[in-house]
Amino acid sequence: MRPQLRFLDNDLIEKIVGEARVILKELGVTLHNDRVLSMLSDHGARIDKGTKQVYFTDSVIDSALSTVPNSFKLYDVLGNETHDFCSGKVHFTPGSAAINVLDFESGKARPPVTNDYVSYVKLVNQLEHIASQSTALIPSDVHQGMSDSYRLYLSLLLGEKPTVTGAFTIAGFDVMRDLQLAVRGDVDELRERPLTVFSCCPTAPLKWSDVTSQNAIDCAELSIPVELISMPLSGFVAPVTLVGTLIQHTAETLSGVVILQLANPGTPVLYGGSPAIFDVRYETTPMGAVETMMVDCAYAEIGRYLGMPTQAYIGLSDAKQLDAQAGLESSMGATLAALTGINNVSGPGMLDFESCTSLEKLVVDNEICGMTLRMLEGIHPKEDFPSISRFQELLSEKHLLISEHTRRYLREEHYFPGKAIDRAQRSRWLEEGGLTLGERANQEVRRLVKAYEPSRLQDSAKEELQNRMESEARRLGMDRLPETRIE
Amino acid sequence: MGTLSEISKQIIAGDASSVPSLTQKAISEGLPARDILQEGLIGGMSVIGAKFKAHEIFLPDVLMAARAMQAGMDKLKPLLIKEDVPSLGKVVLGTVRGDLHDIGKNLVSIMLKGAGFEVIDLGNDVSPENFIDTALENDAPVVAMSALLTTTMPVMGEVTDLIRQRGLDKKLKTIVGGAPLSNDAARDMGANAYAYDAASAVDRIRELLSGG
Repeated sequence: MRPQLRFLDNDLIEKIVGEARVILKELGVTLHNDRVLSMLSDHGARIDKGTKQVYFTDSVIDSALSTVPNSFKLYDVLGNETHDFCSGKVHFTPGSAAINVLDFESGKARPPVTNDYVSYVKLVNQLEHIASQSTALIPSDVHQGMSDSYRLYLSLLLGEKPTVTGAFTIAGFDVMRDLQLAVRGDVDELRERPLTVFSCCPTAPLKWSDVTSQNAIDCAELSIPVELISMPLSGFVAPVTLVGTLIQHTAETLSGVVILQLANPGTPVLYGGSPAIFDVRYETTPMGAVETMMVDCAYAEIGRYLGMPTQAYIGLSDAKQLDAQAGLESSMGATLAALTGINNVSGPGMLDFESCTSLEKLVVDNEICGMTLRMLEGIHPKEDFPSISRFQELLSEKHLLISEHTRRYLREEHYFPGKAIDRAQRSRWLEEGGLTLGERANQEVRRLVKAYEPSRLQDSAKEELQNRMESEARRLGMDRLPETRIE
Repeated sequence: MGTLSEISKQIIAGDASSVPSLTQKAISEGLPARDILQEGLIGGMSVIGAKFKAHEIFLPDVLMAARAMQAGMDKLKPLLIKEDVPSLGKVVLGTVRGDLHDIGKNLVSIMLKGAGFEVIDLGNDVSPENFIDTALENDAPVVAMSALLTTTMPVMGEVTDLIRQRGLDKKLKTIVGGAPLSNDAARDMGANAYAYDAASAVDRIRELLSGG
């Protein structure tokens, strides 16, 4: 059997979804985009143009739920399938859109620049258990108007894995669409083999901004998968109870599902989010709080119940350094997410309330993800019954180190973590320098960045990417793009 | 591919069934025993050792290779004696008096043999006198001792004391290993070396024999 965690029974899920429907019908959501308001109105939702309020109907919700896909796939820049977002399959992706990078040498968080992003992509390209890139850092050395598309540009140019991303403006999406077309060639190919997942975030409580709702329908038009990122904060802009928070999350996410499905029925959706409790001592939104993780897992159960693949910002930490807190919060989150069967787990590499990426942490988290994925494989008999001959062999040979059974199953039964996790005898550890976790991870970052091999994306596509990005840079008044160390 | 390269290759693959016949083939081709040993058998084990250290392969792969090496050695031994090729060195090995734990010691034995050493394995519950006398009788320059228990660890110190008392400390070198040991503990008891695992035991013994 596959190990599985549940926080909600179906009765409670039904009640939460029922309440969310009542909220959507009676209180509605505020939506600051006239095109989306008209679209909803055309499908029977009641609109108050003055207040930009939209009141949903059961029929429009049911219709959306009937067309939203229960699974979809992602493909890398080369067109190979990498993700199958379907029942219980778990994929890890780095936490997204940090405004800082943790500089290992100084131990300080600072705004990232292009070369930080380049190192990040080189690293992710080689981390076995990180299935996709995310546009994890916001480079500060380009015009702010291109800070969304520039990340995607670097990811598509240098990395091969698909990318979880998002646009910061309505115009930003157009550039990001064109970058994807540079890789795929045309719209049909992009529809056929999605390359990205775009995050679209309603604003708590129960609001959709002009930009986010436009981004959502722009994605839908091209069948670009969208992860809906509702962010209720328990006790602040959401009820303090976890059930209350889940009702709000459900209402906000369902409103997104409706927008996407009306815009283009069948648009792939990840039922996602980034809720948190609100820590009333520090006025912060702890992603490492156990209640935050419980809400994540519970809404994923609701998403699955409603027939959608799921996503969550979980498996990250609020620590400021790569310390014990970082490890415990990240591994607790990754474990819970995997046991829940969340399909896209956004978290690795991230610290400080989703604001700071650490490349060293990404290396450590990759190993956490490896262990978690091993755990998900569960416990299954492998030539274990009957067992008497094996024990006869053990008693006669005194060990089973070179037993055929051992050699056949060692590598699938035991997961071997990389260099960050220390399992050496103390003497060996001392002999090898007595390095801390951070130092070992930093060595690994350096090794992997050096070992990077350029993306196999064809040169013509790379040139096209460069042309499109340079043209956008020029439009924004930049003579040239920052130099990148791509050896 | 030459026969010696093929021997190396099959040792790396851990194929104990083909190495003896390949070794016989090399002997029949008139290749010197020293070359068969160094380039064929030990050559393969050197690759295995490097891969093991780099975590590219794991202990079972090393043991499979060692078994293949041993199978080749059995064929080659008469010729080595005939051609008067010295072994890499003799090691007297055992778990100390009062201690019956021999899993780690056995691993060391396999690794040493795999690396080309001659091992005189005294088993477990070995007295200090037995270690020293056996080494002297066999002209073995290294005594390798294992202990799992903190209560039996002091026996290692008895061996090193006895070696000094008998004026043998220039002739006999000691190496210790086992769960309660450390570099500091080894130094405190007057041992010449400490190994934290079976693979490092091979390296340390090599250093001891080269005067390092």
